[in-house]
Amino acid sequence: MKIAVCIKRVPDTEARVKIAANGAAIDESGVKFILNPYDEFAVEEALRLKEKMGGGEVVVVTVGGDVSQETIRTALAMGADRGVLLKVDAMPLDPVPVARALADELRGGGFDLILCGKQAVDDSSHAVGLMVAELLELPAVGAVAKLEIADGKGVAEREIEGGVEVVEFTLPAVVTADKGLNEPRYPALKGIMAAKKKPLDTKPITLAAPGLEFAALAYPPERQAGRIVGEGAEAVPALIEALRTEAKVL
Amino acid sequence: MANVLVVLEQRDGTLKRVALEALAAGRALADHLGGEVHAIALGPPGLSVEAAGAHGADKVFVATDEAVRLYQSGPYAATIAAKAKEAYTAVLLGATALGKDLAPRLAARLVCPLASDATEVAVEGGALVVQRPIFAGKANLRLRVTAAQVVVSLRPNNFRPVEAARAGAVESIAVVDAGGARTTSVKAPEHATVDVAEAAIVVAGGRGLKDAEHFAILDDLAAAFGGQAAVGASRAVVDAGWRAHAEQVGQTGKTVSPNLYIAVGISGAIQHLAGMRTAKVIVAINKDKDAPIFKAADYGIVGDLFEVVPRLTEEVRRIRSA
Ligand SMILES: Cc1cc2nc3c(=O)[nH]c(=O)nc-3n(C[C@H](O)[C@H](O)[C@H](O)COP(=O)(O)OP(=O)(O)OC[C@H]3O[C@@H](n4cnc5c(N)ncnc54)[C@H](O)[C@@H]3O)c2cc1C
Ligand SMILES: Nc1ncnc2c1ncn2[C@@H]1O[C@H](COP(=O)(O)O)[C@@H](O)[C@H]1O
Repeated sequence: MKIAVCIKRVPDTEARVKIAANGAAIDESGVKFILNPYDEFAVEEALRLKEKMGGGEVVVVTVGGDVSQETIRTALAMGADRGVLLKVDAMPLDPVPVARALADELRGGGFDLILCGKQAVDDSSHAVGLMVAELLELPAVGAVAKLEIADGKGVAEREIEGGVEVVEFTLPAVVTADKGLNEPRYPALKGIMAAKKKPLDTKPITLAAPGLEFAALAYPPERQAGRIVGEGAEAVPALIEALRTEAKVL
Repeated sequence: MANVLVVLEQRDGTLKRVALEALAAGRALADHLGGEVHAIALGPPGLSVEAAGAHGADKVFVATDEAVRLYQSGPYAATIAAKAKEAYTAVLLGATALGKDLAPRLAARLVCPLASDATEVAVEGGALVVQRPIFAGKANLRLRVTAAQVVVSLRPNNFRPVEAARAGAVESIAVVDAGGARTTSVKAPEHATVDVAEAAIVVAGGRGLKDAEHFAILDDLAAAFGGQAAVGASRAVVDAGWRAHAEQVGQTGKTVSPNLYIAVGISGAIQHLAGMRTAKVIVAINKDKDAPIFKAADYGIVGDLFEVVPRLTEEVRRIRSA
């Protein structure tokens, strides 16, 4: 089984976001970058499928700068076979050009399955994987928490409001991973050593023009400072009073 | 020109609240641009769209078929994209499970940009401007649309439905049959309650509850609010297997914007705040007065949740029966 996984380098979710001096981006100094957590689920799922099918290839692909090589190495250390860096100078604020670049790279690659994360935790567009599917005219299921693949067919489950959708599809297809799909493995030292020798192709590309441009970046408005209404169960009447008369939510 | 297309989400043949929210955003936009609001809905035969006209739709395209009783990504994307190609400046829909799935598919088909989970849509200097939270709400990004068309998904519970009687003339259109993945069924949860992402009140529990069984006190509190409240959970609780992932609030769970969010025994980690910081009113109950959740909360009680919550349930019951 030949599987492609689209991965992205993102700031650690713990990172404090500081807007850079130019006001148009975040200040990356001191920020730790990681493999997008949802892409970890995707890589893990690809590795498990390959193991289950008793062979194949897992290729990780990313659109990013030179620094994204590190992200590819992380996925290779988990067990992916090779990596492709589609090298760009800057990332657009519109997910479409990224999806187009990925689709162009994956088209004709003979992949049975393309796995992505459901969303990147930086821009949270929840878009690129499903766009890649549309551009390649492949069936796709988004935000999948359970996946079974056998005999060229797949069954996926995805959470919706008040239920779980069961979706069937045929391969080749695109699936985007939600939390719950699996428990990603940690790269072992052996894997980290092996990753250094695995093939990593760097291809400079030019992205299509985005349809959105930067207007402003700001911190969310501070919430009005709250107050402690009291201690213990005795404070409950004061809380109820505040919710009724001040906040007017009861 | 300058018309707006609003995708109306339905469930069991009835429009969802998020559809009316999207209409409100669409109406405001169309009024600015001097255009009309057209709406489109797919669903089972008998789908009722009267509410659309009452909430600002000039025209409603309805595509009904038993085959699209459930959300089907292929026919939805094909049918709506075919309609949207007819020169709409913006295509708006709610950023629900359905909307988040459909929006990128539409943008790819229309070869136009996508702004996801927007909290504001405006016209500035003749251009459409969209605001969306990034980095899990740690910053707000404003984007100017430079393309002729854009797809925008709107954060639920953020735009307020408005009554604006318009013609709402209904026109039937055909469902465009398209291949793709097929939804075969929807499994309902064991306890059919309101979803945490759609509830007006969320009572959320964290590791401070110490045990799955203790969530009974939160179920009681939610029940005291009489059907409009849902129970939510921190990731620590979900990872421990005490509650289902469907109830997780936060960066890797759901984003909620209820009128009232009561955080019980939750420390207030940044990834948790990412999912609930836009709640209108936040209450925290925690025994540690230095817990970070108190910084995000409007009202706090420092104390043992096992004493505070039952008392709160009692008081809520009392005022609601009064
Ligand atoms: C990539 C990533 C994604 C994440 N996504 C999410 C997410 O989506 N949602 C999420 O919630 N977390 C998420 N987390 C985890 C997050 O960092 C925290 O670990 C988690 O939110 C902590 O859960 P908690 O507040 O229930 O537990 P704790 O941090 O252990 O807090 C328990 C609280 O209960 C209080 N308490 C204990 N006993 C009592 C009592 N008797 N009465 C009153 N108070 C009491 C304590 O004072 C404490 O403040 C994520 C982490 C990472 C790295
Ligand atoms: N620059 C990128 N390179 C490779 N894959 C990406 C990139 N951006 C997004 N993706 C993939 O698309 C998913 C959704 O990302 P997004 O639409 O940005 O939220 C991610 O989890 C990745 O799998």
